[in-house]
Amino acid sequence: MKVLVPVKRVVDYNVKVRVKSDGSGVDIANVKMSMNPFDEIALEEATRLKEGGKVTEIVAVTCGVTQAQETLRTGMAIGADRGILVETGAEIEPLGVAKVLKALADKEQPQLIILGKQAIDDDSNQTGQMLAALLGWPQATFASKVVLEDGKVTVTREVDGGLETVALSLPAIVTTDLRLNEPRYVTLPNIMKAKKKPLETIKPEDLGVDVTPRLKTLKVAEPAKRSAGIKVPDVATLVQKLRTEAKVI
Amino acid sequence: MVALVIAEHDNASLKAVTLNTVTAASQCAAVSGSEVHVLVAGSGCGAVAEQAAKVAGVSKVLVADAPHFADGLAENVAEQILAVAGSYSHILAPASAYGKNILPRVAAKLDVAQISEITKVDSPDTFERPIYAGNAIATVQSTDSVKVITVRGTGFDAAAGEGGSAAVEAVSSVADSGKSTFVGRELAKSDRPELTGAKIVVSGGRGMGSGDNFKILEPLADKLGAAMGASRAAVDAGYVPNDWQVGQTGKIVAPTLYIAVGISGAIQHLAGMKDSKTIVAINKDPEAPIFSVADYGIVGDLFEVVPALVNELG
Repeated sequence: MKVLVPVKRVVDYNVKVRVKSDGSGVDIANVKMSMNPFDEIALEEATRLKEGGKVTEIVAVTCGVTQAQETLRTGMAIGADRGILVETGAEIEPLGVAKVLKALADKEQPQLIILGKQAIDDDSNQTGQMLAALLGWPQATFASKVVLEDGKVTVTREVDGGLETVALSLPAIVTTDLRLNEPRYVTLPNIMKAKKKPLETIKPEDLGVDVTPRLKTLKVAEPAKRSAGIKVPDVATLVQKLRTEAKVI
Repeated sequence: MVALVIAEHDNASLKAVTLNTVTAASQCAAVSGSEVHVLVAGSGCGAVAEQAAKVAGVSKVLVADAPHFADGLAENVAEQILAVAGSYSHILAPASAYGKNILPRVAAKLDVAQISEITKVDSPDTFERPIYAGNAIATVQSTDSVKVITVRGTGFDAAAGEGGSAAVEAVSSVADSGKSTFVGRELAKSDRPELTGAKIVVSGGRGMGSGDNFKILEPLADKLGAAMGASRAAVDAGYVPNDWQVGQTGKIVAPTLYIAVGISGAIQHLAGMKDSKTIVAINKDPEAPIFSVADYGIVGDLFEVVPALVNELG
């Protein structure tokens, strides 16, 4: 069984982004870029399924600039067998990405596509669900457990207030939540091996997909700043302040 | 303009966040002659429809009642929304696990972008939404004919749950997709208020040291009638379940009072709670970033401060 794992190159988790002074966006020049953490979890899950003998091939896919090849190499060091870069310098929204992925899924015919539940840059949380709709496949979002057997996938999902389990017929879409697994550290030998794995580069046009954005970003601003308050010496003062000053208890 | 709100419910009652979504919908359709409709897709959900009909500002409630809507499966609910989508200018759902799961399917099938987790409506086609874990706020304008939107509940006041008298109309139900089946649900049983809607939240972080130590927060939460939350660090360490997580990848809360105990204040956590009215931080590290957003801070050992605070509250 073939599994497709779409990944995204994003500003590293630990970087605190700065809004550009002209309000046109956030400054991502010279900041550390990494694979979206949820996508790492997706690749780890696919790799474990392959190690468990349930999966025969893992294809990592990304849309983005030339440097996104590095993200694919990281993916291949985790466990992907090959990579596909859909190269574009333009901003692509989740709908556009879903259309690109649908075209690739039609070509590659995977039985399972595992994606991160959201990218930590635009925080959209859309691509997996959109792809499922375009393909007409069932979906299980926010997965914390994935069991693949007997031609179906049973997924435990993180929902508000607890967990929910659904069973999907294949082919299907799964999106990952944080507790699905803990991605392995990428080792040097695996990084070296990844450099030899095949990496194909294509353009959105080659897939016949229109990825024109539908949203215009008019402005990006700093959020309202919260100013630091005061430190109080003891709980008596705290309770008194909460009662008489903040009036919240 | 007519906006359609997708009701979140458990077949017995409407989830509170639906009311905040109705307010956002009213603001989207704020020109004269505009209306807000609500779709209730469920099984044996008549009581929910009646409750939705009483919400102020709602003029019509559509009810799709069928067994395969009982558990809110995305495939079925999305198809039902598409079946009634017709001429709606806006389709909105809460940005909860429920809404986030379903609505992008609707947007993709309508071939429109989804605008996720809006916190403000500037005009019927222009919205504000946080990006980069709330470290930036983007103002986006949609060029699509239909606006498909998820709404962050904390960004909008709740519409009044009483006072409306909308017409309730049954609509024909779409067929079961047959591609997904509901297996089961394990919801945490708790007498405490729900995290996202609570007026007071008491959260613990890695500083708690263990899951057992979270018990020290219980008397405080009991005394204040508070919900309990946690930072991602505490969840990752396995101290508490994931649905307690407050932050970029967990729940977004904005209570009147947020008490952060043993939480250092990583940006991803601040993203989930910095819109709280009053923030209290208890941490032994005076340099912890949480103090930069706290209205009141106490530097000290939480294992001494928390019991003392419970005593002081009497």
